[in-house]
This record gives sequence, structure tokens and C-alpha cells, in this order.
Amino acid sequence: MSIEGKTEFTKPVYTRPRSLVDVKTHFCPGCHHGTIHKIVAECIDRYGVRENSIGVACVGCAVFLYDYIDVDVVEAPHGRAPAVATGVKRAQPDKFVFTYQGDGDLAAIGTSEVIHAANRGENLTVVFVNNTTYGMTGGQMAPTTLLGQKTSTTPYGRDFRSDGYPIKMAELLAGLDGTAYSARVAVSTPAQIRKAKAAVRKAFEMQINGMGFSIVEFLSTCPTNWGMKPLDAQGRVLGEMSEYFPLGVYKERKQADFA
Amino acid sequence: MSSLAAEASKKILLKGNEAICLGAIAAGCRHYYGYPITPQNDIPEYMAAHLPALGGTFLQAESEVATINMILGTSASGKRVMTSSSGPGISLMQEGLSYMAGSELPAVIVNISRSGPGLGGIAPSQGDYFQAVKGGGHGGYRLIVLAPHSVQEMYTLTMLAFDLADRYRTPAMILGDAIVGQMKEPFEATPYDSATTAEKPWALTGCAGRERLHVKSLHLKDNAIEVHNWKLHGKFERIRKTETRAESFLLDGAKIAVVAFGTAARVSKTAIQWARKEGIPVGMLRPITLFPFPEREVFDLAKTVDVVLVIEMNTGQMVEDVRQSTPLHDRIAFLGKPCAMPTPEEILDRIRALAGRKG
Repeated sequence: MSIEGKTEFTKPVYTRPRSLVDVKTHFCPGCHHGTIHKIVAECIDRYGVRENSIGVACVGCAVFLYDYIDVDVVEAPHGRAPAVATGVKRAQPDKFVFTYQGDGDLAAIGTSEVIHAANRGENLTVVFVNNTTYGMTGGQMAPTTLLGQKTSTTPYGRDFRSDGYPIKMAELLAGLDGTAYSARVAVSTPAQIRKAKAAVRKAFEMQINGMGFSIVEFLSTCPTNWGMKPLDAQGRVLGEMSEYFPLGVYKERKQADFA
Repeated sequence: MSSLAAEASKKILLKGNEAICLGAIAAGCRHYYGYPITPQNDIPEYMAAHLPALGGTFLQAESEVATINMILGTSASGKRVMTSSSGPGISLMQEGLSYMAGSELPAVIVNISRSGPGLGGIAPSQGDYFQAVKGGGHGGYRLIVLAPHSVQEMYTLTMLAFDLADRYRTPAMILGDAIVGQMKEPFEATPYDSATTAEKPWALTGCAGRERLHVKSLHLKDNAIEVHNWKLHGKFERIRKTETRAESFLLDGAKIAVVAFGTAARVSKTAIQWARKEGIPVGMLRPITLFPFPEREVFDLAKTVDVVLVIEMNTGQMVEDVRQSTPLHDRIAFLGKPCAMPTPEEILDRIRALAGRKG
């Protein structure tokens, strides 16, 4: 404040993360990809790894990572991002390597790749965005679709007798010895966003410290395919999604048990 | 020359599959990913034993699907990288190969093929010709396909495959079979002499000091994918024009010309020498590159001989490319053996019969 009472900004207290590209978003209103991109970009900035990073984009809405995060990005076939990331990390162990994958990509077609990357303790980080549906292809049933949830391929609601159960990846991957860190977070309230950022920081630190495989699962919205207004979609995350997919840290390695 | 190649600098008895490993290492390949399948297991076993000591990576993947995507990741990092497999495993890699062709990523893929379709058998076969040379995966692309017919060539063509893959930024395949992979021959580790620059300004190494780079095959805006398809087509046309390789074997004065590749060509050489001793004017054109196929060579050859005898260890695949190369279809004969190596006697009998028909 100046003495005349006019506001003068001398020191920025909030800026766009350096690693977030300054472009208009193409994502739907109420979609969480933008928020999650920002958290990832802030953490890249925090650890100063932007110029040392290689991101791996997947198939689905999440592929457009490369339009928003200002780092080198390679695009993987559907579900194969953890294998591609393995090839990048093994070739360049000094680089920071992360994948950014949706639930169809990681928990259906790519289950094998993510389980084995985790089980090998690949020293890389997976950002997993779970919105319980296939967004880009028009809202079909995902492996994480909740029981009773109506999608374009479960028009009468998901029934465990024919479609099985929603798969809990954060818990499943936490059960593997190679996993250093596994957490589930959400970004539907400011408090959740702060916690989510802390989880991503922890996941990044695991990789930076050579501790092994780290994954952060985000519960995310898809208002368009859920047929909901953005605010109602937030409510769904806070309600039935968080009830079935409990938030929390499922695995946190304290000490590297391999070089 | 690597120290390994130096160790092997005098003639030794070596398996074809191992010669591939020596060629790869001599060409600077330090990264190998693979999954077990007969009859190529000598390759991952050799790489597992030798790459770590060279500061490289050997990783046994959970599947061929994962394998080819690890290859994709290491290739995108700018490093020379190889995998090997056999028919069923190569089928599982087709998705990744299509992505690599679309993303313009080099790598060397070795197919020590077996008989199929399906689980088929482990007998030597050339039944993967179509899959190798016509694209294999979705969307329209070509692999550079090299077909060695000796242990020595397993070595030299592997080195060449790395150079061609890097030069054209596209995957190259070594198409062998159980015979050329498993047989032992005297072998000499000749020096690796590359004309290809190792510069890869497109490689993803972190964006320090430059704009960020993307390696991708998705092109959604305007008609970007059509532009990209024509660009790839132009590249494959350049490969056709400049990289065709074939061996002429005893073709002087020949009235019968065998066209065969790999193991079938190797056996044919014996039969052709026997037939020459009997005074039959027979020789062979041996395609070394299957893509690009030596179309011009077949076109010219067919005009000068009475019979073009195509010999393959399948029921007739390359013969279609021979037919496409010449309008003189009535001169084309075929000897096929889908799940075994033809014997020199069988080939000689066929050459004699053809000579008799013409004589």
C-alpha cells in the first residue's frame, strides 16, 4: 500500500508456474485436468527439474499433457506409458520421468505395464487421473466405474455380476514391494488441493531420492460424460467416489532398500 | 571397434543369433529389452551376460507388448536399442511398431521366425514375410527389412540395420529363422564402419537450452495427419530408390534364375552349384533387402531368362512381389516349403525338371 492509499504491486505472491504453458484450456468446464496439470507444474518448478524432465503422455483426454506442461513429452500407445517411461528412465537414469494416465489407460488396457513397472521398482512417477469413465471416447464404462453408475456401455448401471467391481489401483499397487509411494487424493476443495500437492511432492521426492516407483491417484471429474453440472460433479467426488475410493497414503517407503 | 569385437577379431565358430548380438554391440547398441521365445533365446541370454559390463541395460520385460514400448522410450531418448523375438511375439509388437513408424523412431527388431499361424511350431519358416514387408501394424507404413543368409551376414546386416534405422528414423527388422539363427559357422568380427551421423536433435533429453520437444504420432489439427502420411510415404520412396540390396549369384548366362532369400537362398546356392556342374545354366538373385524389394533387378532379370524359380519356406509370399516386379508371369515358377528347410536335392530336382522342360 502506498501512502496515498493506492495499491501498488511490488512483489508477486501468486504467478503461473513456469512449467505451465500459457494457453487457453480446451478441457470441458468443471474438468480437473487443468487443476492437476497445475499441481504437476508447480512441483516440477519446486524441484527445478523442468529442463531435466521427460513426460510420457497416454491415450485419452490425458494425452494433451504436451500442450500444457512445458517439458519434453513422448506419447505412448494406450496403456503403455509405464513401459515407455521405463525405456526412457533406463536410457537416461539422471532424468526426471513421469507418466500422466487416465483410468481406462492405466487400470484396464495398461494394468500389466503399470503393475510390472511398480514391481520392478522403476524409479519413476505415475500421475493417475481417475474419473470413473472413458472421457475422450464418449463416456463408456471404465474399470473404475462405480457400481450402479450409468455410462454409455452400462446403460442400466454397472452390475458386478456382469461387469465386475471398480478397481482400486492405489491400494493394489501399494501391495507391491517395488512401490515406494502410493496415495489417493482429490482436488474438489482448496484443502484437498493442498493435500494433493503434498502427495505429488512426496512422489517426486521418492524419484529424486532414488527410492523407486511412486504413484498418485487423483479422483477427478468428468461433468460432460457424467451428465452433471460442474458443481454437482464436485459433490460426486466428495460423496460416493470418496466413499468407494478412500483418500489417503497407502504406502510410503522410508528408506531406499535398493540402490 | 568395441573390446568385444576386438576379442573376436580372428575367425571363430559362432552361432547366428550370437552374431546378431556382436553386430549390435559393435554398432553401439547398449540397450536391449526382450521376452523369452524359441528359437531366439540365445540373443537375450547373450545380452543379459554382456550388456551390464558395457554399462548398458538388459531388461526382461513382462511381455512383448511392454518390450516394444520400452524400445520406444529408449529410442525417443536418442539411444540405439534392439529387441528380438519370434512370430507370435513379433505380432504382439505390431502396435508399438506402428507407433514408432508414426513417431519416426529408429530401432532394430530381430525376428527369428518360426512356423505359424498361431502357436504353429518352432520349425524354421519364412511365413512372416508379409507381416514384415507389408507394414504389419495399423495405419500404413513400412519397415526396412534385411534378410541375412549366413552367420557373417547376421553380424554385418545388424550393423547396417542400425545405420538405416537412424538414417531414416524408422524401425528396421532383421528377418531370420531358426536355421540361420541356430547354425554355427566360421565368423570374423569385421570393424564397424558407419557413415551415419549419430546426431539426434529430435531426441528427448530434457529441454535445457531449447524449446520443449514432443515425440508423437497423434495429429488432430486440420489435415496434419494427411501431410504426415505423405511425408512418411516420401521417406519410404527414398528408401526404395536408394537402399535396395541384392546379391547376384552365378547369373552369367543363366536361363533359370532362382529368387530366394535367407535360409532358402543359402540352400539354393548348393543346389545351383550342383546343377551348374551338370551343365544347367542356373543362377540366383538373392534379395538382401525385402523392403525395399529389388523390383528393378527382378524386372531386368525376368527378361533374360526362361524361368524365374521363386523358392520360399512358406506357401508363397515373396512370389507376389516377384509377380508385381515383372509382367512376364508365365515365366514364374514356385517351390514352397512352409514349415521346413528345402533340401538341396529337392531344389536340384526342380531345377532339373525345369531345365528339361526348356531343353
